Amino acid sequence: MNSNQFAGYCSLHIEHWVSEISQGKAQIWGCGGCETPATPPNLGTSTQSLKEPEHLNMNIGVLALQGDFAEHIVILKRIGVETREVRLPRHLDELDGLIIPGGESTTIGKLAIDFNIMEPLRTFGREKAIWGTCAGAIFLSKDARREQPLLELMDISVERNAFGRQVDSFEIEIDIPALATISENQAPYHAIFIRAPLIESVFADAEVLAALPDGRIVAARQGHWLATAFHPELTPDDRFHRYFIGMAAKK
Amino acid sequence: MEKQVGTFAVKKGLAQMLKGGVIMDVVTPEHARIAEEAGAVAVMALERVPADIRAFGGVARMSDPGLIDEIMQTVSIPVMAKVRIGHFVEAQILESLGVDYIDESEVLTPADEEHHINKHDFKIPFVCGCRNLGEALRRIGEGAAMIRTKGEAGTGDVVEAVRHARTVLGEIRRLQNMLDEELMSYAKNIGAPYELVKEVKELGRLPVVNFAAGGIATPADAALMMQLGVDGVFVGSGIFKSGDPAQRAAAIVKATTHFRDAAILVEVSRNLGEPMVGRQISDIPEADLIAQRGW
Repeated sequence: MNSNQFAGYCSLHIEHWVSEISQGKAQIWGCGGCETPATPPNLGTSTQSLKEPEHLNMNIGVLALQGDFAEHIVILKRIGVETREVRLPRHLDELDGLIIPGGESTTIGKLAIDFNIMEPLRTFGREKAIWGTCAGAIFLSKDARREQPLLELMDISVERNAFGRQVDSFEIEIDIPALATISENQAPYHAIFIRAPLIESVFADAEVLAALPDGRIVAARQGHWLATAFHPELTPDDRFHRYFIGMAAKK
Repeated sequence: MEKQVGTFAVKKGLAQMLKGGVIMDVVTPEHARIAEEAGAVAVMALERVPADIRAFGGVARMSDPGLIDEIMQTVSIPVMAKVRIGHFVEAQILESLGVDYIDESEVLTPADEEHHINKHDFKIPFVCGCRNLGEALRRIGEGAAMIRTKGEAGTGDVVEAVRHARTVLGEIRRLQNMLDEELMSYAKNIGAPYELVKEVKELGRLPVVNFAAGGIATPADAALMMQLGVDGVFVGSGIFKSGDPAQRAAAIVKATTHFRDAAILVEVSRNLGEPMVGRQISDIPEADLIAQRGW
């Protein structure tokens, strides 16, 4: 795999690839944009919509104060659930779950305070499923070792920018046994870490879902809360989104 | 699979994390702190804001690494810095320093009148300016992982940013209506790589994140650019050349998030103090225009 390839297709053309799949067009194993030869990526059953009727009736919001919320929305639509951007407290009404996207956690926290959505998010989170990716995971945590606004819902402590600066951002494949519950695809999960945080520790009844080969924690779950230090919204593998929708459906 | 760094996915990915946000020019660590507290998603560290580069004259170069380093130590958000067009050694220096993004910028005096930097050679991602789709796709072809439409930096006049955003986004809309057999001659006419032209047609957008820059000075300017369809905004001189930088910076951040909500735009636009004085672009002699630099 050369540095310009990613999980079997050219990373420059990932969005094109996602849009082809979502429109149900022929699947291109190999990059349609630049004809980089490639093998099929690890997809699980991700090109199928969820068939269970209770899933199709779900409405999953994405916090849209700042960050890559549009990338989450593309995947949710492709799976076939209702979705909506959340910027103000009233946008939380009648949602079944919420995703807090990647972005800058300081910016998201500040805007959440300025527009009085901190308490509504906490109230929502006590009842409904919430998943935070990267900045979202920091925002969900009880402790980020630093003065900044946090929802303080999940019993995890995180370290921001734990791997260093952008030059240290990376991609890696990791094993995530929990994903076996929603897909027969047992392939390793291709995870993208961008100026990523680390989950330093989990406490109370929070449990580790995934760790790097050296044992450092990068995904955790506590009841109906999910935190990932990496970005499932940047890959076409939708197993994590389907896993989260399953969590929200159980609530 | 072994861990991989410096891939295009992680370069482009950082820009995706900045979407819906404001990147602010800062010239001191104190500015950087104000920008972070106001909710900036990143700062651009430089010795002089574009308005002062215009006033100062002379050759504008990469900033002192000591200053950039101090700013990197001050804030937890990403730090960007500018290099001259084509000056790959300035880029090597910034990569070694560990900045998060390099802006190969027409605001500095170009070092090469023919060639931009081969950005594929670097692990650090690059953002580049453009005035039209052809220029955007040439830069992406050279490895840029983020694009900003060029405005006329340092003027506080948003007209050029609007012109270039409308040009790029309008060209993308027209491209979507073209037949496949028309794409090759279109690619030739705009001087862009054919494969990228094809991809833009299919995506209906640039394959990388696209911000607006140059002349944005008010919350309304920021919301205007967002409504035109960019992913976020750079604000240069508009903040620290205004009467109350902290308040104006926070207001522009809020306007960028709630860019379609006029009721919120009213609130954030109230009592902001003096905006930067600005300079009408039509009054500037053509030889002094910055946006035309780059090819």
